[in-house]
Amino acid sequence: MISPVFLSLKLALVTSALLFVLGMPLAWWLASTRFRFRFLVEAVVALPIVLPPTVLGFYLLLVLGSRGALGAMWQRFTGHTFAFSFEGLVLGSVIYSLPFAVQPFTSALASVDRRLLAASASLGAAPWRTFWRITFPLALPGIVTGIALSFAHTLGEFGVVLMLGGNIPGRTQTASIAIYDNVQMLEYTAAAHQSLVLLGISLALLIGIHALNRKRNWRMQ
Amino acid sequence: MSGDLRVEIETALAHFCLKCHFDARPEVVVLFGASGAGKSSVLECIAGFRTPERGEIALGERILFSSAQGVDIPAHRRRVGYLSQQSALFPHLSVRENVEYGLLDQPRAERELRVEAILERFKIASLARRRPAAISGGEQQRVALARTLVCESEVLLLDEPLSALDEALKSLLLETIFDWQRERAVPMLYVTHEQSEAYLLSRRVLVLEAGKVIADGAPREVFNTPVRREQASLAGYENIFDAVLEALHPEMGTMTCRLGGSGLLMEAPVANRLAGEAVCLAMRAGDILVATERPSGISARNIVPGRVEVIEDRAGMVELRVLCGAGAATAFVVHITRGAREALDLHHGKSVWLIIKTHSIQFLRG
Repeated sequence: MISPVFLSLKLALVTSALLFVLGMPLAWWLASTRFRFRFLVEAVVALPIVLPPTVLGFYLLLVLGSRGALGAMWQRFTGHTFAFSFEGLVLGSVIYSLPFAVQPFTSALASVDRRLLAASASLGAAPWRTFWRITFPLALPGIVTGIALSFAHTLGEFGVVLMLGGNIPGRTQTASIAIYDNVQMLEYTAAAHQSLVLLGISLALLIGIHALNRKRNWRMQ
Repeated sequence: MSGDLRVEIETALAHFCLKCHFDARPEVVVLFGASGAGKSSVLECIAGFRTPERGEIALGERILFSSAQGVDIPAHRRRVGYLSQQSALFPHLSVRENVEYGLLDQPRAERELRVEAILERFKIASLARRRPAAISGGEQQRVALARTLVCESEVLLLDEPLSALDEALKSLLLETIFDWQRERAVPMLYVTHEQSEAYLLSRRVLVLEAGKVIADGAPREVFNTPVRREQASLAGYENIFDAVLEALHPEMGTMTCRLGGSGLLMEAPVANRLAGEAVCLAMRAGDILVATERPSGISARNIVPGRVEVIEDRAGMVELRVLCGAGAATAFVVHITRGAREALDLHHGKSVWLIIKTHSIQFLRG
């Protein structure tokens, strides 16, 4: 049986990795497009920031449950429901943490000086090389921030997980829910241990990001 | 070795339509004009950063852009070297990494050889491991120049690359650029709005105004015989006056002109005109001498009394406005050195004589 803290870490890791893979192309598009209705896409991406997690969780439950279109299809292929599974938690977390990854990615990519990109092209670098050698390294602090924020945000998520995961110990009971359960059952010692672990991880992450950015700024000056 | 550069482009800019047509052999061509004349836009079109609406850009046999044929080679495949006023060095790479950026496809041994050579040539080898932020602005521009030149492009586009540098460094770098172009024999377009650079660099100047080439020739021709007023003011003729041709003296090689307003009479070199015709005269502020007493025994034909109205300190010199003629209606702009101002004890209201050689007066077509 997996401990709730370990499950939370695993969920956060998978979610932030997926957000990097999916969020970068989306951020790249947002940073470079001249599409008129870009603001609509940005609004949809930002929605999870203002939406109560329970609302998001509720809608996901409708879609992913065994009566939902997606949930039914998933069940036919895999034999188990999408809701109340680790995969369901991952999907919910990806949507819930999307703005925390995509917004830092987008502003980091957009802040790279266009003149550097023009210089790179005039030195014969194809767009792919320009991206990996110039854009990506210069945007890296923002990208790392986005990954870390989505990791930390997933780690602390409660509402979506509760709605969608159903608090099944060992499968969908994450640390934040376990803490809530422990408090309900007056198991303060266990709650304190788990809280301390989450606090430590979150703090270490944020300190890490700030130290990294500081070191980088110092090197570029 | 590369071919001639052919440019024939048409595109709408913010305030006018860029409509530009010229050829450049493997030579240095200076694109000269006021800021906003469209010089940089021409370079951006050639480099591939801006797509013209119509026209064709070709380098020898290679077509870089053609609206008729639907060709638009992307910037990174044009083999066009481009450098602007901002050095645009990659801030996360060292000086060496910046310089070798354009050579990443070359075998390592050759790449290192070429990078070493150019670092030596631009005297930046000692900076190789530093990052751009850790070196001075002049050094940054040298690195940027080295980074562009090391690629051995087939054409070089330099957009006021030295405008932020001090004079000493500027002339040193101009020489390096000039030598480089001679060795490689590639066409080079050099944008500037400074005449001194044009004289130093090139035997050919294209004057651009509101997106059109209005003059094309040797610097001496283009700058000394301005054909139009705008060009004259661009070319550094601070004094431009409307006048009426009073009398012609072909035997003496001069003609007498009466300036509008003040009625001052000036002797200008004779031109193929008729008495009574309206003309336009232009004089450089630096070609006018100032005396505090009326000079005698002097060859200059124009000795004009006047009064100092304004004295202003400018970079490296002093600019005077001297009012002359009836009703003090003609104002001459005169440039002198700081030493001259002190020696002559010039101040507001002081009476002076302006001395202008006949051949310092340019006759404009209108």
